[in-house]
Amino acid sequence: MDRNEWPLWEVFIRSRNGLDHKHCGSLHAPDARMALQNARDIYTRRMEGVSIWVVRSDQIHASDPEAKPEMFDPAEDKIYRHPTFYKLPREVDHM
Amino acid sequence: MPDLNIDYLLRLADNPLILGQRLSEWCGHAPVLEEDLALANTALDLIGQARLLLTHAGALEGNGRDEDQLAFLRSEREFRNCTLVELPNGDFARTVLRNFLFSAHQVPLWEGLLGSRDAQLAAIAAKSLKEVRYHLRHAADWVLRLGAGTEESHRRMQAALDYLWPYTTELFAGDAVEEAAAAAGIGLAGSSLQPRWDAAVLPVLQEAALSPPARTPFLSQGKLGVHSEHMGHLLAEMQTMQRAYPGAQW
Repeated sequence: MDRNEWPLWEVFIRSRNGLDHKHCGSLHAPDARMALQNARDIYTRRMEGVSIWVVRSDQIHASDPEAKPEMFDPAEDKIYRHPTFYKLPREVDHM
Repeated sequence: MPDLNIDYLLRLADNPLILGQRLSEWCGHAPVLEEDLALANTALDLIGQARLLLTHAGALEGNGRDEDQLAFLRSEREFRNCTLVELPNGDFARTVLRNFLFSAHQVPLWEGLLGSRDAQLAAIAAKSLKEVRYHLRHAADWVLRLGAGTEESHRRMQAALDYLWPYTTELFAGDAVEEAAAAAGIGLAGSSLQPRWDAAVLPVLQEAALSPPARTPFLSQGKLGVHSEHMGHLLAEMQTMQRAYPGAQW
């Protein structure tokens, strides 16, 4: 890491009615504590959230965009994996 | 309500107003984008507090002055902020250290004013307390990082502390205005806040390897209306629109 550059952090915010934290952007900060404070100032100014996670961007492992065909295309023709073929009892048939 | 208590409210109002004006000078100039936003947020919190307090002071005064007239049409000698908040920003170290020293005073102040007999003031205290608690936390984290950071950041923080420290004496210097406010159950005597301030400030300075200079008899007089040479320049900039276009609105 360049010693003159703060590391990059990814920010996840849980909104007031949300169940999960959603990725909303990134920022630079010297450490986790300051990253949380910066995230508060940058991403929750308009009451967007009630909980913040930050994680160092270099700690995230991402799938290879080049490998998209073998990673994701094989699921394309397995429509039987969607639970749409089952006859549900009338009482629960709103799913 | 006697005039002394209006004077007390103006002290409460002018501190955040003037520090908010100072911090807004950083907008677009902070070392990093993230901190630029943090300083602007702090400035907006403080100006918001000042607006409520000035409006309240104007209403109690009963001369029809609103927040704008009190902020933009008073002269230098009529401002009641402590000298600490009007001093130039200096570098980033001095800016965050002043925020730290000031916020450490505002937290126990607003906590105490939650019990004010003035219900409007107690409500303003409740809102402001949440804001200054965050300001204190953020500023303290910077003091720790810069004070115990590199040789250069430590040198700048120590220089900032040497410069600002003498002006903190004024925060705790009592006088007739504060005694009257305390006696009426409206406000607090500044001296009553010092133990809490010491307990918040001294451990952080120690952890940041910063040494406050010895106290001297120097006592700044901003809250009595006797300001430093910097105040006139600050007001000239802050008030220029209302002076040039009286009553202008947008």
